[in-house]
Amino acid sequence: MSGRRIWAMATRYWYLLRRSVPRLLDLFYGPAVNILLWGFVSQSLQNNSSGAAKIGAALLAGMLLWDVMFRSQLGVSVGFLEEVWSRNLGHMFVSPLRSHEWLLSLMGVSLLRTAAGLAPAVLIAWFMYGFSLFDLGLPLAGFLANLMIMGWWVAMLIVAGILRWGQGAENLAWAAVFVISPISAIYYPVSVLPHWLQPVALSIPAAHVFEGMRGVISDHVFRTDDLMDAFGLNLVYLALSSLVFLLAFQNARARGALLQLGE
Amino acid sequence: MPPESADSVVDVRALTKRFGNSTAVDGISFRIGQGSVTGLLGGNGAGKTTTIAMLLGLLVPTSGSIAILGTDMVRHRHSALQEMNFASPYIDLPHRLTVTENLTVYAGLYSVRHPKARIAELAEALDFADFLKRDYGSLSAGQKTRIALAKALINQPRLLLLDEPTASLDPDSADRIRQYLQEYARESGATMLIASHNMIEVERLCGDILMMRRGHIVDRGTPAGLIAKYGRETLEEVFLDIARAEPTAPDEIERAP
Repeated sequence: MSGRRIWAMATRYWYLLRRSVPRLLDLFYGPAVNILLWGFVSQSLQNNSSGAAKIGAALLAGMLLWDVMFRSQLGVSVGFLEEVWSRNLGHMFVSPLRSHEWLLSLMGVSLLRTAAGLAPAVLIAWFMYGFSLFDLGLPLAGFLANLMIMGWWVAMLIVAGILRWGQGAENLAWAAVFVISPISAIYYPVSVLPHWLQPVALSIPAAHVFEGMRGVISDHVFRTDDLMDAFGLNLVYLALSSLVFLLAFQNARARGALLQLGE
Repeated sequence: MPPESADSVVDVRALTKRFGNSTAVDGISFRIGQGSVTGLLGGNGAGKTTTIAMLLGLLVPTSGSIAILGTDMVRHRHSALQEMNFASPYIDLPHRLTVTENLTVYAGLYSVRHPKARIAELAEALDFADFLKRDYGSLSAGQKTRIALAKALINQPRLLLLDEPTASLDPDSADRIRQYLQEYARESGATMLIASHNMIEVERLCGDILMMRRGHIVDRGTPAGLIAKYGRETLEEVFLDIARAEPTAPDEIERAP
């Protein structure tokens, strides 16, 4: 493992980002527009129902935290796609760069991109709707960590899919999280889901994060078991998705796909 | 440098690559001695690119072995990759990064100690100082070829694999690049393997030629030796003889054990 190579790849994404207005805008506008939309929805709820303040807060917190997972995932998978689009994979992997060093650089960049994208949305929520994400207190750190990790392993599966099926599968980078979202209990509790679907939802780390988040907002109770379940599941999925990624990478080397991707 | 030399930089044995039912490279064996400049010639589909991709570790062989600088490339390629590099006009660099940014990233990947000095040195030698700050994507094909070569030389490799090193260059620029490559090989003692369709370039740069056809190495020798052997006047005529010859079985000529 070489910190220098990880830094070199992180620098490569920074070079790309700092001079690209569309990429910079892409960091901010999604979370900002979303928080405006959901902020007005939550205000409307609060105006029409005296007991809905907590629901409004849960909606805003849910939106912001879900965006953390989405941005974390995008940071890794779009970073990979940047190499596919520029047909640079061949050069990268004739260098001493190892696939896990590259992944680590992508994860580091995704962390920074997520923080940069989330900050304006958090500020908008505070200034316009009087909602502070930091009211979640210390558990917020655990929620954020779990959602970041979930974003990374989802991204690794997406990258594995693109390595296996080619650039035609790149839409997965934007679409995959929408498949998971209905059963991630972002805006409603797991108990709302049909009985048979609840075990599926509880196998997703994000569902435990959002259950925990609602507990803090509604009852001012932080259930550590929710957080531990999320960490445990994330650990298992991270290990499995790393294995899937490595197998897909080996398979791509066997097929010569590292040279062909992007053509 | 004779290919049987004990200090082989490249040692390929019974190397085979199959894609489904198609065999791209069929059990080839060869060695390349230290400091030699070897040309890898063959028509389209002969297996040159597949062979180079396997030497670089980008492609996993179906069977056979590759040792580069004494390292088993199939199992432990990363230690050898630090000492190697590669340029091809058919693999791009990021378009939206400037030339300097691209080279800085690769200097980091190869752990080059003084990247700024090395980039300045290459810019001077390969004549691209004027467009260091330009986006790579805005360069002409010939300029990109020079940058790809600079990337390949950034770590002062002991083994340099080049695919069409002067593609898209005007005769003057191509001549300068060839001269630089000759000087680099002489001064550094680096070993080079060059795949090219430019026979003048191969005759000028290479002391040893591997001729490939349909996944086999069908002949090997010095440019003059091959010209004499086939009773021709130029290497291009030899190339055409080999490329158009009817396949015979077995048609492979190999010197390595």
